[in-house]
Order: sequence, then C-alpha cells, then structure tokens
Amino acid sequence: MKKTRHSIAFWAGVAVFLIAVLAMTQTVRNEYPFFAGYVILQFIALAVAWSILGGYAGYVNFGTNAFFGVGVYTAVALFKATGAPLVAQIAAAAVVGMALGFGVGLLTLRMRGIFFSIATIALAIIIETVVMNWRFVGGAAGIQLQRPPVMAPFDSYVKMLFFVQAVLAVTAVAIARYIQNSKIGRGLQALRDDELAAECTGVPTLKLKLVACMISGGLISAAGAPAAMYLQYADPSSAFNLSYSVSALAMALIGGTAHWIGPVLGAILLGSTQQLLAVTISSEVNVLVLGIMLVLFVVGAPKGIIGLLRPRYRLRAGGKP
Amino acid sequence: MFSMDLLLGAVLLGVLLGCFYAAVSVGLSVSFGLLDVPHVAHPAFLVLASYGVYQLNESYDIDPLLAGLAITPLFFLFGLVAYRIYYETFERRGSDAGVRGIAFFFGIAFIIEVLIILQFGVDQRSVSATYIGKSWRFGEFRIPIRQLVAFAVALTLTALLAVYLSKTFMGRAIRAVAQDEEALRLMGANPVRIKQFAFGIATAVLGVAGALLIIVAPVEPTLDRAYIGRTFCVVVMAGLGSISGTLIAAIILGVAESIVLTMFGASWAPAISFAMLLAVLAVRPQGLLGR
Repeated sequence: MKKTRHSIAFWAGVAVFLIAVLAMTQTVRNEYPFFAGYVILQFIALAVAWSILGGYAGYVNFGTNAFFGVGVYTAVALFKATGAPLVAQIAAAAVVGMALGFGVGLLTLRMRGIFFSIATIALAIIIETVVMNWRFVGGAAGIQLQRPPVMAPFDSYVKMLFFVQAVLAVTAVAIARYIQNSKIGRGLQALRDDELAAECTGVPTLKLKLVACMISGGLISAAGAPAAMYLQYADPSSAFNLSYSVSALAMALIGGTAHWIGPVLGAILLGSTQQLLAVTISSEVNVLVLGIMLVLFVVGAPKGIIGLLRPRYRLRAGGKP
Repeated sequence: MFSMDLLLGAVLLGVLLGCFYAAVSVGLSVSFGLLDVPHVAHPAFLVLASYGVYQLNESYDIDPLLAGLAITPLFFLFGLVAYRIYYETFERRGSDAGVRGIAFFFGIAFIIEVLIILQFGVDQRSVSATYIGKSWRFGEFRIPIRQLVAFAVALTLTALLAVYLSKTFMGRAIRAVAQDEEALRLMGANPVRIKQFAFGIATAVLGVAGALLIIVAPVEPTLDRAYIGRTFCVVVMAGLGSISGTLIAAIILGVAESIVLTMFGASWAPAISFAMLLAVLAVRPQGLLGR
C-alpha cells in the first residue's frame, strides 16, 4: 500500500513539475532563465544517470564526457545527414550511448572498478580523437548548425530545448527511481557491498552491471543530444570536455548516491552555484570550487548531503532494502 | 611515403621516448601496481613537479635535472602526507573505499590542474639548459640531445628503483607488503608504515621524472590528461608492479607512438596509449609479466 502511495506522490510531482515548466515557457518573456535552467536540468540528468552505475553499483565512470560527446555528435551527424527532428536525434543518441555502454562494459566490467574507470577515460580520448579526424562533422574546427523552425506551443527554440531537457531529466529520475526500488537495484547494491558474496548467492553480477552501464550510458548520451542545437555549434574539445565528467561525478557524490534524490539535490545546488560563479568570477575558480567540494565531501561526508540531512539513509545504504 | 629509413628513425626515437615513459611510470608501478592505490592523480603530481622545476629554473637559473633532484625530498614528504590521508579516510574504513578513493584522487588531480592554471596560466612553459635545442647527427638521423639526456637519466632512474626494490631491505619489505600484508603483520612489522614509505618513494621519483617531462617538451597545465593514458597503459601492460615489465611496456608504447606519429600524423597520437590500454585490458589484463 505504502509503495503505491509513494508512487502516486512521485508521478503527481512529475506531472506538476512538467506542467510548471510548460507554463513557464508560455509566460516568461526573458530568455536568460531558460538558458541557465537548461544547463541545470542537463546536470540533473547527467548526475542521476551517472549514479545508476556509479552510485548503485559502485563503478566509477570517468567517461561521462565520452557518452555526452557521443550524444552530441550522433545528433549532429544525423541532423546533417537527414535533417531529422530533435526527438529522432535524441532517440538515436540514446541508442548509440547504450551500445557504447554495452561495449565498454563487456570489455572492462569483469575487472576491478579501477580498470573500468581508466577504460572510460581511455574511451573519451579515443572517441574525441576519432571525431577530430572526422571531416563530415567538422573535424577539430567544429561545425555551425542552423536551428530548424520552432514547433507549435513554443515561441523560441531555447524554450523548447528547456522543456525537452526537463523531460529528459524527469525520465532519468524516473528510471533511476525504478531501478533503485526494483530487483536490479537491490542486486547492484549487493554487488557494490561485496561482489564475491553477491555472485555466490546467485546475483547475476555481470548482467546487472551491463544493464546499469547501458542505461546510464544511454541516458547520458540522450542528455547530451540537444546540446548541439542549444549552442548552435559543436566542436570536439567542448563536447568531450572533461568538466562534464567531473561535474556529474561530483554532483552525484556530493548529493549522495544512496537515493535518487541525492544526485538531483547535488545537481541543483552545484549547478546553480556554478551558474552564479560563472557570471561573477572566472570559470577556473568555478572548477576549483567543484574540485575542492568533491574532495571535502568524499573525505568528510561519505554519504553526501542526504547522509547529512537524514542519517536514516546511512542505514539503508548499509544493506537493508 | 613509406621508407625503411623513416621507419628505422621512428623506431630509434621510439625507444628513446619509451625509456622516458618508463621513468614517468615507475612511480605508478609502485603506488598502483604494488600498493593497489587507485592513484589517478599520479600524472597530475608529475606535471606539478615539472612546474616546480620550471620555477626553480626560471628564478634561480638552476639546471632542470638538479632542480628535479632538489624537489625530490619535498615530493617524498608530499607522498607521505597524501598516503596518510588516503589511508586514514579510505583504506582503514574499508567499505566503499573503491569509489571514494578513486573520486578522491580524481578530485585532487583536478584541483592541482586548476591551481597550476591560476598560478602559471594556460600557456606552455619550458626550461633552458645548455643541452636543450641542440641535436646530434647520428648517421642520417638527427637526434635532439634533450632526448638523449632524458633517455640516459630515465634509464638510470628506472634501474636504480629496480635495484632498490630487489636488493635493499626496505625495498624487499615493500614487495613483501604487496604480496601478503597479513603475513607481514604477523611477523611484527607495520605494513601501513612500509606502504606509506613506498608511496613516498613513488612520489619522490616524480621530482626527477617531472624534470625529464619538461626537458623533453614544453608542459602545459592539462598535460596530465594525456599521461593518464600513457602511465596507466605502461603499468597495466607491464603487469602490475613489475619494474622490468614497466621498461619493456614503456618501450613498446614509445615505439608504437613514434611509428604512428611518422605514418599517420600527430592528430592520432593522443589516442594510441589509450587504445593500447583498452586492448591490453581486453586481451591480457594481467599484463606481459603479470604476477
């Protein structure tokens, strides 16, 4: 009973949020809130997607930028080749991201976590190099993109992208929430705490890790797909920027990974701080703040903000379902 | 396009480059290979050492190699402190150390990178010394003297570390702690202190390695990213903790990079070490001389 009530509350919250976002796009004139809000929503999607593998399963993905960049360039290539609409670009990016997650997972998820982490860094650099040498999408110099005309209820493309990114963030949260409460999530938590013990008690660890890696990768790529249209421009060094990896990882770990709300909190908090800092101080200081916060939280508050707010999650993360 | 001379030259330069890669990787071979610390900040420490050498060379006109030696004690202490923090916060508490330990070093690497940018800016920096800028004619090839200096020092450094680990009491203790920590504890030794000392040594080596890095080519703050691939590729390919393996793997990487650079151009160079790393992980994760 309690579970269904929670579910109703969650989906009602989702509906209210999306309606509020839609209403905002119809009433607010100034475009700046949408520009800034898009980035924060994108970070929510990235942090939540990252924590599906990094938080639940305990495998640290340094390659958020690889998946993100693949999303961007899938969209760019598809748009340039066929002029496909945004929805198709996002769907294609998700599929490619999942395939990539499957591939890299199959290669390295059998080994200790550190090898997976390093392999994901490797992946980012290799794909970036390939894209840099790929003429069709502009190579190292990048490519300019002309936005197609905007669709019906929206009066500007940025507002539409804002709404689309809100849907993507909500999708990521809903999937993370589903996984957390399902058999998959419990299996992942079991293998994070003790992989050998989980394997011995019949948890299909490799299969679960692969599923988590695919879903996480697909969601990250999908969140990256609209970025090309958002900037009207794409180039390898910004699409594969390492700061996406640091941000996703830091936001998830700072928020806390025991519950899906953690990465959301972390992304909102750090994302809005970043937006403020980027306007007021230099972007280097911005990244420095992120790095220092990450180290402080990892050392001092291992369960993140939600661990500080509600010590109860410490127990939950300890193994009780 | 393709010629035997060109290939021979590439292989020769690759061997020189490879020995240099061995010097920048041996520290990681100890800290990651032997001690099992997920030290992704190793290349960031390396670049930091290069900037230390640059500063000494710039303000006091000290020879970069001497400057590298001069900062070695400092890096030793730095390593002791870094391991102590890592041990107290992660290893001792055990659970979940994997994720947070990796994230910790990743965060440290990022902080070092940004601090270097804030202090020195994003421009490339280089050192001056009498042997930099000249080259030596060797038959038909021209070999920059800086490469030869780096080669000689790198080989010496790697050999010294190999001798240290196999012949001295402390070196053997370090290898023992890597093999069986529990047994060491039962013999009455303190494994944590030995590991801390070993991590100090692994970091101290970076003083000289950092000097070599800036001798071979100018450095920039984000150079550590490329070296994540190179150092981890070398250490994993070598077989974790094997010093002779490190030298062999580094030479293989150096030659491969040099050949690709000659044949396909510089734009493909950054991906080689990472591709080799992925290939090794997929085909032979225990490395060439795995233990």
